Amino acid sequence: MAHFLKDKACVVGVGETRYTRGTDTTTLQDALQASARALADAGLKPHDIDGIVSNAGLAPAPETLAANLGVRELRFAVGNTVGGGAGACAGLQIAATAIACGLARNVLMPVGWHSYSGLRVRKLGSEVDLATVPGPIGATIADFYMPQGAFVPAHFYGWMATRYVQEYGVRPEAAGAVALAARRHAHLNPLAYMRGRTLTLEDYLNSRIVSYPFRLNDCCLETDGACAIVMTSAQRARDLPKTPVYISGCAEGHPYPDDDFGARTDLLHIGLTDAAPKAFEMAQVRPADLDFAQVYDCFTYVVLIELEALGVCGRGEAGDFVRGGRIELGGDLPILTHGGLLSEAHLAGASHIVEAVRQLRHECGERQVKDAEVGVVTGWGDFGDGSIAILRR
Amino acid sequence: MASQSPQYKLPLPARIGLAAEFYRYCKEHELRFQRCTGCGAWRHLPRPMCGECGSFDYQWARSSGRGTVYSWITVVQPLLPAFNDAVPYSVVLVDMEEGVRMVAMLQDTAPEALRIGMPVEVVFEDAAAEIALPRFKKSG
Repeated sequence: MAHFLKDKACVVGVGETRYTRGTDTTTLQDALQASARALADAGLKPHDIDGIVSNAGLAPAPETLAANLGVRELRFAVGNTVGGGAGACAGLQIAATAIACGLARNVLMPVGWHSYSGLRVRKLGSEVDLATVPGPIGATIADFYMPQGAFVPAHFYGWMATRYVQEYGVRPEAAGAVALAARRHAHLNPLAYMRGRTLTLEDYLNSRIVSYPFRLNDCCLETDGACAIVMTSAQRARDLPKTPVYISGCAEGHPYPDDDFGARTDLLHIGLTDAAPKAFEMAQVRPADLDFAQVYDCFTYVVLIELEALGVCGRGEAGDFVRGGRIELGGDLPILTHGGLLSEAHLAGASHIVEAVRQLRHECGERQVKDAEVGVVTGWGDFGDGSIAILRR
Repeated sequence: MASQSPQYKLPLPARIGLAAEFYRYCKEHELRFQRCTGCGAWRHLPRPMCGECGSFDYQWARSSGRGTVYSWITVVQPLLPAFNDAVPYSVVLVDMEEGVRMVAMLQDTAPEALRIGMPVEVVFEDAAAEIALPRFKKSG
């Protein structure tokens, strides 16, 4: 029997701002700009929106957005707290559930983040008192990681990457293939911050180690901007202007324990390891059916680990899987067709959803995956929380 | 407020809740972890409740201080000024003999020597009048 949530909700509108380093706007202004464009794309007006899911810490509160957009009847307001960059993709599940259950008709999900001009991640522990950070990770860092010299994602995920590299003999060229695929695709995306900036394998290998095993070019960008997504029911989507994109499968997963890397029996068992099989089962899709994968790419090595968690290859096999252009446009499974966090901009995973929707509408011009019918988006955040959505047209 | 020793520049632990108990033993240069008096399971990080059996009862049991390296990073670029003089430094995940794993800065050991499974042992660094931090160095 089909899962009750399968194909019940659709993304019907997407929008974004420019992606820059340096801005005169606020995140609220950016989120509103992206929301207005997503609403126009959907053929809806602000007063059609009755649900807002905003990613806590990465978007203004739903109430603030509603007040500014002119949403008169907000009846489903969620400040989604699912870990950091896993939140946008997990938000699809929250919105789809609300829509399928009739709790909301049309749901808006904006992300606005000034990771360049606002608080930069590297300032954690100086401008932000980690002990006061709400959620599962602040106290752990403040008491047990920071005093030992580990306090940013490049440090935490580095433990996973070292273990991965050591356990499976993964070479830097494998991570480099991810960086190069993202950059190649960014050259085809007018919005991408790194468009036109050449990156060769030699450049990658020569880029400095910032925190072993991560080179500079293993790390994502810090940028300013916003994007937004509008969702509604499959039934209403048929009357709207754009090709509906269905949420066929979705799931979230949390490693155990979620608030400490150290205590995990297997550091490479991530949230997505548990979430991916559930989403594929819901969607009745196999990894081999995917036309593209917008894999959350805070760091290249994280992408390799996620590809294995998705099941597109076996554990320890991603280094081989990414060879020979397989993850580039024209390959078996193009990833990050917009350039991703590595080469487009850092929208905490929301731009991965926007790109997936445009690919499935066949709107992507020279970076279009030919005849794309089904694709996957993943999210990743905090200490390895995972989220996944399988989308189809 | 801690009276920090003038030589010590790195951030100190916040010592919130049960973490304060962990660090009280560290000050005595004792590495202790919680051990459930219900089922005997060791645990770290400090928590009010045993995730194995649900008991709220525990004792602070002494660790052998010995373990093996599970993974590591070596930080080259300091992201806060406090670490300017510390780089390059390694932060290891250590599988302790008791079965818990902990995060600690590597001390008196070259990063190049690091291997998965390398035996390490705890040493304590006095950071402030009432704070000592557990570090690890290569055994032997």
